[in-house]
Amino acid sequence: MMETRVKVGIVSCSGEERPEGTVCRMACRRLLEQETDKTVTICLPLFIAGGREERTFATKYPTITVDGCEKRCAARATETLSAKPRMTLLIPEILRKHGLAVPEKRRDYGPDEEPVIRAVIEELAAAVDEVLAKA
Amino acid sequence: MDKSRKVVVLPCSGIGKAYGALSREIAYELAERVRPDKTILTCLPLLVINDPDARKLIMECPVITVDGCPLECARKSLEAAGGKASHSCQSIRFYVAHKDLKPEGVAQLNDAGRKLAGLAADELAATVDRLAAGEDA
Repeated sequence: MMETRVKVGIVSCSGEERPEGTVCRMACRRLLEQETDKTVTICLPLFIAGGREERTFATKYPTITVDGCEKRCAARATETLSAKPRMTLLIPEILRKHGLAVPEKRRDYGPDEEPVIRAVIEELAAAVDEVLAKA
Repeated sequence: MDKSRKVVVLPCSGIGKAYGALSREIAYELAERVRPDKTILTCLPLLVINDPDARKLIMECPVITVDGCPLECARKSLEAAGGKASHSCQSIRFYVAHKDLKPEGVAQLNDAGRKLAGLAADELAATVDRLAAGEDA
């Protein structure tokens, strides 16, 4: 019998305008590569530019959104255009919890930004396990 | 006509493909190195949620969209928000013109991809200058 395993959908803010957006993208991307058997993703604008398949994303997968700022584009777009996310994470809250500052640049991340990326991956990985445990 | 208007650069938001990362890097090259005084970036997802400030920006300024794949999320999201691109391009066309620079990497581009983004931004600079001066792309 084929095993059908639930995966968690990750929807990341892309935040091209702000460093927090880069933190979101990099942390989500790395988590997706680490947890390929637990997670899937979608590019957020595909809720508008894609078709029916893309718009049913959050109905097919329990979803975690990760946002870079209080405008919460990922959470709002997912809820409005697909379905309510199971959990919503916010970069400033995660960094505050870990006592870390927001990076000042938007690209070319290296060792200086690594603690920030790792903190977000840690929180996101815990959120994925929590959602899976309830699925 | 406002001759000092900024040109909005709206890149693909893709987090799954190298050409999405290339689109974003082209936008950063334009906004941070090539034409920092004439361009401004905005987050594509702000248009997806109909953010009033982002909508005002795209209605008042010329917009260049840089997409990473044929689904053209940037151009389509702009149009869905009521705007129209003054110039649209797909990042793959720069690779087609510079086959020796193959972009790889999604979270961060490789050196070839970063170099390609720089060349692409240099090529788009003339378009930015025309749009900033109130001319057609």
